[in-house]
Amino acid sequence: MLDILLSLLILAGALFTFIGSLGLVRLPDFYMRLHAPTKATTLGVGSLLIASALYFSTHDEGVSLHEALVTMFLFITAPVSAHLLSKAALHLKLRSLAELLPDEQAARSKGDAR
Amino acid sequence: MLTSVALPVAFALVTAAFVFSIWRLLVGPDLPDRILALDTLYINAIAWLVLLGIHLASTLYFEAALLIALMGFIGTVALCKFLLRGDIIE
Repeated sequence: MLDILLSLLILAGALFTFIGSLGLVRLPDFYMRLHAPTKATTLGVGSLLIASALYFSTHDEGVSLHEALVTMFLFITAPVSAHLLSKAALHLKLRSLAELLPDEQAARSKGDAR
Repeated sequence: MLTSVALPVAFALVTAAFVFSIWRLLVGPDLPDRILALDTLYINAIAWLVLLGIHLASTLYFEAALLIALMGFIGTVALCKFLLRGDIIE
């Protein structure tokens, strides 16, 4: 039972990590590419760390809390680095697929709504 | 079940993720793309180390994973600061 749960968590984590990097390769512009690896961080590494915590809590004596530290650190830092990356991309005026900067696009769609 | 099926498949998937990130690091048209690829690479390294820890049944690898998380975050922030300001410590 525990074995099956561990296998599912490990497979889900590895699959999300894989999909994150696949999105990094396949998606067409930078602002879309920024989206994929952040999912890999939270879902992928998150479920791998849950699997590891379960494994070491049941195979060694006592509860294993190393993983909580890594999880907490990753969950705090992932949004910060994604925000800084998007700020850097906007500063360099990278174009999105719509040939507009995202704030110009927002302004235009607001104009359409009016 | 766990060691015979799930772990090799997971190792293969994470290694493929490494290859994809390195491809984006080499090809990526702009500088933020390359920084994003480096960011993804260190996340993949953490995932790989956690898998290795389960595979070898050793808790030794969490310290390494934690160090990679710290240094990777600081590296990403420093590179982004450099792109934003042209300087890291003002």
